[in-house]
Parts: sequence; C-alpha cells; structure tokens
Amino acid sequence: MNYKTLQELVSLAQSEEKEFWEIVVKEEAISQNTQSELVFEQMRKMYQAMKRSVDQYDPNLKSPSGMSGGDGERMRRYRMNNEPIAGDFLSKIMETAIMVAESNACMKKIVAAPTAGSCGVLPAVLLVFEAEKGFREDRIIEALFVAAGIGQIIALNASISGAVGGCQAEIGSASAMSAGSVAYLEGGDMEDILHAATLALKNLLGLACDPVAGLVEVPCIKRNVSGAINAVVSAQMALAGIRSVIPPDEVIGAMAAIGREMPVCLKETGTGGLAATKTAKIIAGSLA
Amino acid sequence: MNVFDIIGPIMVGPSSSHTAGAVKIGKAAAKLMGERIIRAQLLLSGSFYATGKGHGTPKALVAGLLGMDPDDDRIPESLVIAEKEGIKIQFGQADLQEMHSNSVLMILEGAHGRILEVIGESIGGSRINIARIDGLEANFSGDYPTLVVHNSDRPGHIAKVTGMLSVQGINIAAMRLYRQGRGQNAVMILECDQEIPKDSIEQLEKMEGIEKVTYYTLEDADEL
Ligand code: SF4
Repeated sequence: MNYKTLQELVSLAQSEEKEFWEIVVKEEAISQNTQSELVFEQMRKMYQAMKRSVDQYDPNLKSPSGMSGGDGERMRRYRMNNEPIAGDFLSKIMETAIMVAESNACMKKIVAAPTAGSCGVLPAVLLVFEAEKGFREDRIIEALFVAAGIGQIIALNASISGAVGGCQAEIGSASAMSAGSVAYLEGGDMEDILHAATLALKNLLGLACDPVAGLVEVPCIKRNVSGAINAVVSAQMALAGIRSVIPPDEVIGAMAAIGREMPVCLKETGTGGLAATKTAKIIAGSLA
Repeated sequence: MNVFDIIGPIMVGPSSSHTAGAVKIGKAAAKLMGERIIRAQLLLSGSFYATGKGHGTPKALVAGLLGMDPDDDRIPESLVIAEKEGIKIQFGQADLQEMHSNSVLMILEGAHGRILEVIGESIGGSRINIARIDGLEANFSGDYPTLVVHNSDRPGHIAKVTGMLSVQGINIAAMRLYRQGRGQNAVMILECDQEIPKDSIEQLEKMEGIEKVTYYTLEDADEL
C-alpha cells in the first residue's frame, strides 16, 4: 500500500490523474499480485453478499441471548403504515441497517465492514442509494473502494477494533467510510470525500464500546442506524461545502489518541458504561 | 491492511473473534487430526467461556471440527449435524492462564484411535493461533502448510526433517524449535511454502526418534 494517510492517497490520485477509488484498486492489485479487474470483481462478491444479507432477513429470528430480533421488521412496518418523520429515504436506510445488524446477532451471514458489529452501516447506505437513486452497480462498487481506502487509513493510523479503540473505531469508522462513499456517489470531489468522512468520524469520536453481557447486540445494533444516518448527513454537509476545521488526518490522529486514553472497561470488555448498568448485570447473570 | 480485511470477510455472525475465529480454530484442529473425529472434548477458557454461548462459540468450534468455513450457513446447526454423524461432543471449562482470553483446549479422538490435544486462541479480527499441540508449544497461524514434529531431543533429527523437505523441493518459510529441557521432548514447527506429500509424512513418522507427526494442510479434505 503506497499511501499511509488520506492526504497521501489524494496526492497519489492527483499525480496519476486517477480517481480516489482507482488508486485503492490499483494498490490492492499490486499487493495481491493480480489484476485490477479481478480485485474489482472480488469487491462485487462482497456487495452481492451484502445484498443477500438483507434479502434473507428473517423477522422471526431471535439471537441466542434472546435480546435481539424483529426490530428491522418493526421499522419497516412503521414506514409503510405512517408518514415517517425521517422521510422515506432515510427510513429505508434505518431499517436496512437494523436488519443487517440483527441478522449478524442471529448468526446469519453478513459482511464485516469493517467489523461484524458495524456490519449494517455500509450496506444500509449503499443498497438504498442503489435502489432509490438508480446508481449502476459498478458505481456502487467504486464507492465501496472509496470506503475501503478510508478504512485502511483509519486501521493503519488509529484502529478499527472496539477492543483497541472503543466503538468510535467500529461504528465511527464504518460511518466515516460510508460518508466518503456517499460523497463520491453524489458527485463530490476528493475534498468532499475526505471531509464527509472526517465530519462523520468527528461526530462519533469518543464513543465507548460497552456491549451488554459482552455480546455484539446492545447497543451495537441500534448504533448501526445512527452510524448510517450520520454518514448521510455528514456527506450532505461536505457536499454543501462545509469543511472540518481540523484536517482529516489530524482527526484520525485524535481518534487514535482517544482510543489509547480510553479506560479498558470501555473497550469491549463488557465491564463499563451500559454493560455495567443494573439491568445489564441482570441480563448477563441470566445468560451465565 | 488488505482491502478485504476492511470490507470482509463474509461470515456468519455475530463476532469475528468469538464466531469466525472459533470456526477457524475448529477447522485447524480437524485438519491436524487428519482422520474422522469420533469424540471431542471442548474446554473453553476466558472470554470464550464467559460470553461464548451468546456468541455461538460452541457451535462455531464444532462447525470447524466438521470442516466448515466461517461463511458456512450451517454453522448454527452444527451441534445437530455432529450428533447425526455420531460425533460425541462434550463441553466444559478450562483455565488456560497463559493463553489469550479467547482460547479453547480441544481433546480429540479419531476413528483410527489417534488422540490429539490442541489449544487454539482467537487473537483479534478472525485471526487465530494454534498455541499448543499435545501440551507442547506450536504457535502457528494456519496461513501456511505446517509440519509439526514431536521428537526426542537428540542430534540429527532436525537435519533428517529438513533434508526430507529439500529432497521434495519444499521451501521452508519459517521454522521454530521448542523443548521441555535438554534431552527431553522437543518439537519442530515448520511453516512451508508448498504442501508436503502424504507419503513423505508417513516416511517421517517411521523414523527413529520421531514420536508424532502432525500436518496442517491448506487443502480441504474431502472426508473428515
Ligand atoms: S459497542 Fe463494541 S461490540 Fe458493539 S458495535 Fe460498538 S465496538 Fe462493536
């Protein structure tokens, strides 16, 4: 990988007169010692698996702990039978995010993006953009490479693991990746992509990883919804020309620093925050 | 990091470490057995034990023992499948102090009488480490074909093994040696760039001073 920061990735793209996503594909092809076309098709498989994870949503499933299941269907019914306050478009993103995250909790097949806990964010945004805005699948796959490039740089300079950096590293990263891909889909330039991702990340800095009973369910599933919506609104800010005062790579640095300073009880140990509440302890006790 | 470590893998949820990693550990153990498993005792430790049930860790481990991969839709039904195939599975708790908090001790019995003890750790993402085999250090990731040779600590054994590999044109990517003490049980771990043919492994097993040979192949077995 020939880039270590967002700025380096953009400079590479500019000097080679290529798009952001093309650099990500090209560098991956080099590191796998294969052709760009094959890398592109590999990503298509990921996208198709994301689609399947939504198509195969089963509203009757419950997670092994009994805490999760059925909320995606609840959201869908609300949208169908009411005039949803978030509007039809955002409501579809919300329900897709829950469906995928619930499927994960119920031992169904998902695509980690970047993790299993945050697997609902990217598909929620991309599937609904494809279906509602009529983008070609190839363009969605390009957007997935935009997301992947942003994720690579966050993983390298901060973290994409709740155990290392708290939930800002999982839902925060997923949201930043998705925001970048939305900015790309909507015709934003590279500055817009970077700032969309950065604004999304900033909004979630400091988020604790405090899963109840140590399971990827509470608060994870609903955080996928806020991560997805945050991606769309952050992209809209960037497309409107709003810029993060703190430059993108510095924000990633801040995220890493917060992750280091975060106490261990808020890093996936299931011992702090929500996991340490009275109700969480009762739930955990009943599962032991 | 690879693009498909960021978007991917495709896996059965809910957890890359407690579910996907557990499937990989089970599958690695099944490969190391090299014969059909008829009985398995799975002793979970640390966070595998504490949160394993909610994460489907027991089902994931058994799915792996049955040869499944982390994206196999049948993972949630693995216990039923194992029962149908007549595999006796027993779960319990182990206290593996020096190991990663996500770890399991597996005691396996094969159809031809082979007994194998494997400790596997899920070390982050869905990456795994096979930490011990039959109580001796192993520490390999399962990314390469890996030969594990238990022998008595006497001169010449290492040369015999590496000599065999060089005759076969097999390149060694990494090699580690451990022993319990001078002249006692020793183990060689050889991660290779190519697969080792079956008859070479059988040949090794017959060599004097070699106590046990365990081989981890990247190929999928047709029958486990
Ligand atoms: S709370 Fe922790 S386990 Fe849940 S999504 Fe966030 S980082 Fe992942």
